[in-house]
This record gives sequence, C-alpha cells and structure tokens, in this order.
Amino acid sequence: MSNISDLSLTQIVNGIKKKDFTSEEVTKSFINNSKKSKKLNTYITECFEEAIKFAKNFDKKKDYNGLLSGVPIAVKDLFCTKNVKTTAGSKILHNFIPTYESTVTNKLWSQGAFLLGKLNCDEFAMGSSNETSFFGNVTNPYGEKLVPGGSSGGSASALAAGLTPATIGTDTGGSIRQPASFTGTVGLKPTYGRCSRWGIVAFASSLDQAGPMTRDVTDCALLLQAMSGYDNKDSTSANTKVNNFTSQLTEKVKGLKIGIPKEYRVENMPNDIDALWKKGIDYLKEAGAIIKNISLEHTMYALPAYYIVAPAEASSNLARYDGVKYGHRARGKNLIEMYENTRSEGFGNEVKRRILIGTYVLSSGYYDAYYLKAQKIRQLIKNDFDKAFNDVDAILTPSTPSSAFKIGDKSDDPVSMYLNDIFTVPVNLSGLPAISVPAGYDKNNLPLGLQLIGKPFDEQTILNLSLAIEKRANFKRNFKVWWC
Amino acid sequence: MSIDKDTVKHISKLARISLDENKVESLSKDLTSIMKFIEKLNKLNTDNVKPLTSIVNASLKSRNDEIKDGKIREQILKNSPESNEEFFVVPKIIE
Repeated sequence: MSNISDLSLTQIVNGIKKKDFTSEEVTKSFINNSKKSKKLNTYITECFEEAIKFAKNFDKKKDYNGLLSGVPIAVKDLFCTKNVKTTAGSKILHNFIPTYESTVTNKLWSQGAFLLGKLNCDEFAMGSSNETSFFGNVTNPYGEKLVPGGSSGGSASALAAGLTPATIGTDTGGSIRQPASFTGTVGLKPTYGRCSRWGIVAFASSLDQAGPMTRDVTDCALLLQAMSGYDNKDSTSANTKVNNFTSQLTEKVKGLKIGIPKEYRVENMPNDIDALWKKGIDYLKEAGAIIKNISLEHTMYALPAYYIVAPAEASSNLARYDGVKYGHRARGKNLIEMYENTRSEGFGNEVKRRILIGTYVLSSGYYDAYYLKAQKIRQLIKNDFDKAFNDVDAILTPSTPSSAFKIGDKSDDPVSMYLNDIFTVPVNLSGLPAISVPAGYDKNNLPLGLQLIGKPFDEQTILNLSLAIEKRANFKRNFKVWWC
Repeated sequence: MSIDKDTVKHISKLARISLDENKVESLSKDLTSIMKFIEKLNKLNTDNVKPLTSIVNASLKSRNDEIKDGKIREQILKNSPESNEEFFVVPKIIE
C-alpha cells in the first residue's frame, strides 16, 4: 500500500469505510510522520497515545456513520479541548487545562474524528509568521529558514508536511488564508457566524472565525460541513441552514460573474503575484465564468482600521489574564503588583504592543478619534462589498502580497509584518467568507494562493470556483522532505 | 501622533502591565510607528457615515439563565495558581 499519509482526508474517510485500512493504521501513519518532524516545531501538545487508544476502540466498534469516522485530526492550540492543555501559544496559559470542549472541536468529534494533538500558533493568534509563539517559531516545509505564515502556522505546516490529514485554524485578519497560501494548502474563512466561537480563546470577537485547512478543495467542503452550524452558546452564531457543501460541490461555474477589484493591484506587488492573478482570471474564463472589473474604493483604509478594531477588542478580551483563576502567576507585593508582573512576564512583545495600542485608542478622550472612526470606515468597506455583490457572484484576488518570507525578516518592524494581511483583512472587517486555493509557484519555487471572496453564507460558490481553479492549476506540493 | 515615554508608562499602568525602564524607549518607537500607520484614516472624511455596530443582521438573542453544567469546583480550582479549600488565593488586599 502507498503511504496513507499521502492521501486526502476524503480518501482516508472512504478508505476506512471500505476497510482498505483501519483507523489504527491511519493514526499510526500520521504519528510516525509527526514524531520525525521535531524540526518543524508544529506541535505544542501531542496526544498520540490517546489517539491510538481511540483508533483501536473505533476499529472494534466500527461506527462509520460520521462524516469523519475514524480520522485523527490535530488542531490549532486556540481551541479549548477538555482535559487537554490549551495554551494559545502563550506563556500566560502554558499550564491551562480547560474543563470544557469548544463547540467546533466537539462537532468534529461527534462526526467520528478524534484529537491527534494541539498545534503551534502565534501568541493569542497575533502574528503573520508564527514567530510570536512562546513555544518557538514553526518552519515551513518549503524551506528550513522560511516562516509558514500565521497565525495558524503550526496548522498549515503540519498539514502540508503530512502530519495530520486536515486541520482547523482561526482567522481574525488572514490567519487561515495567509499560511495556507505560504504552504500550498487550502484554507477557508467562513462567514462570520457560520461556525461557533464558543470555547475558542478570544482575540477580536467581532472578527474571529474558525475554519477548515485542508490539502484540497473537496476536503475543505467536507470539513466545513462538519464544523458549521448554529450554537446557542455563541450569541453571534447564525441560525442559517448549512448546505451539504460536499454534494453540491461542482466545478461547473459557467455564467458566474467574477469581480476583479482594481484596488488590489498594490504598489510594489511582485510580478509573480500579478502573473498568478492573471492566470487565475484565465482559468475561470476557461471554465465559463464572466470577468468584470470592479472597484472596492476604501480598500486602502482596511488595514489601518483593522489595527484599531482588533487591538481594541483584544485589550478587553485579554484583561481576563490576571494570574488569579488560571494560568501563569508572578509574585508581587500587593494585588495590583501581582497583576502587573503576571501580565508582564506572561505576555510576549507583540501581544503587549497590541494590548497597549488597544488601551490607548479606547482611553479617555480618544474613543471618537480612533474606535468610532474605525467603525465608520468599516461600514464604508462593507458598503463597497455590498455594492460589488449587486453585480458579481464572487471576487478574485491574490491571497498575499508575497510568498513565504525568511524567519526574522520582518519581526523587528511590526508595520511591515502587518502589511502581509493587506488582501485578507477587508474580508474579516465585512464578515464575508473567503478561501485561499494554491494556484502556482513564484520564481523561487514557493507556493502562491489565490483568494476568492463570496457573499455572506455563500461558501458554496467560492468552493466551486476554487475547485475549477484547482482542476486547471494542477498544483502539486513539491518540497523535499528535509526535516527527518 | 507620537506616543512618548510618559504615555507608554501611562497606558501600561492602565493595561496593568509592568514595564522595564529599558523597554520604554523601544515601545515608544514601535507604538508611534503603528499609530502613524493608523492615522492614514484621517485623510478620509467620515462626518456623515454611521458607524458599523454589527456585521450580523440578526439582533442578539437572549436565553434562559439556567445552569447546564456546574458542580466542577474542584476541576476549576485545579487550574488556579493558588487555592485554599473552596477559594482562589490572592495577595492580601486589606491590612
């Protein structure tokens, strides 16, 4: 038999059902790869023994009714997992063991999957390179010196390297789509409200969404279906019907109208990215889609507005880490000093920067100038999309303004790091669904993704368009295994 | 808007994060460059724009205030850095 870990999630689910192999064989195959991957530094917590136990038990019971029956899955360490350490990549949570399970992971387990481990990420999901994690940076399978992107960098790297058949991440400003683009994998940020936020360590609550990260578009539809749905424990969860994304998945996209926003042609964009975008347009034309030039006029204001809204929400969300009920505690002469020392020792530099910016923009006298201004601009950005979607069914853009960069290249300059998310952030501000699909390579042989943005709750259309691109781009992950 | 060293100290106090004196300078530089980036927004007049209040079209739902889990005091206390019987322990606040 060829290596099980080379198969797609869909092939693995079907193979277990058809008894081509057992859940235990599948699990051992991924554990074997994972054990040899220390240099990638993707895992924060390994649950290998428990996974094998679960798999053996599954093989005895043979209950094939779930969408993910018998499949081990490693997840970003931002999802709370009952009785399994959940760190959010931070020292302040280095010893935190939740007493509850996040709704989204619970949904995966109720479809027959089980936990393989918890994957590295930027601290509290704040970063675009996985360099802010307390547990060290993750490397990209495409090169020992390259970042995997972030914040779901451990997830993207583990997925690309064959350490897990699929994974889930979270996306507040691009944290699923950018690492997917950097590692040649598929990542989808669902519509805000599509997947429950309950039990996910909060970063910026009006922007955070969990989503699937997979090797191909077919797997993405399957995993999205498993994790979507209404949850009364999340007050912003949408009570909207969930499609059967898999059965409705089709590459027939003839007649769909695709918008190409001129504002995404940014200054200094590498030629390779521009060329890829053109190729994407050609693929969709060839599939019968109609290309239309559109304008999203306030795009240039999205990133600065995001860097008010996200830190403001983060500064309030992270107020809970005070060293009293859980997590790291430092000593102090009195209560206030204990808080201050705990937070100083427990948070890393990027998290501190964002808490301070958030505190500043919300502090007395500045609310109108910053937060209110940003929410007004957010409305304008959303209006741009609403207007565009009167004329088009989806929007095609590059996922990122560059391919994976070197570890250390941008870590000294926060603003240059933030610019990575220039194409992904407007989507979060507007609550829309978007997917990154691998579509080609740049001149350095590094993968590049294309982004498709959809109407609210129309993940199906962007999945279908991605499938049409996937079939034509015929993208193959082509790195050499250097980490074993 | 530049964020000088005194402002850095003030907002650190508000955010309850103690700062080493030798980090104040570099934080002031970083935060100033972030605020400069953010202030591009001032180029745009938004006087007549209503701020976005929610990206979800539904109003927030309320639910009954019922206990559905609970009775996990011991488990909860296990996560605390310091506890005593049924309580979280913090440094003394009343002399």
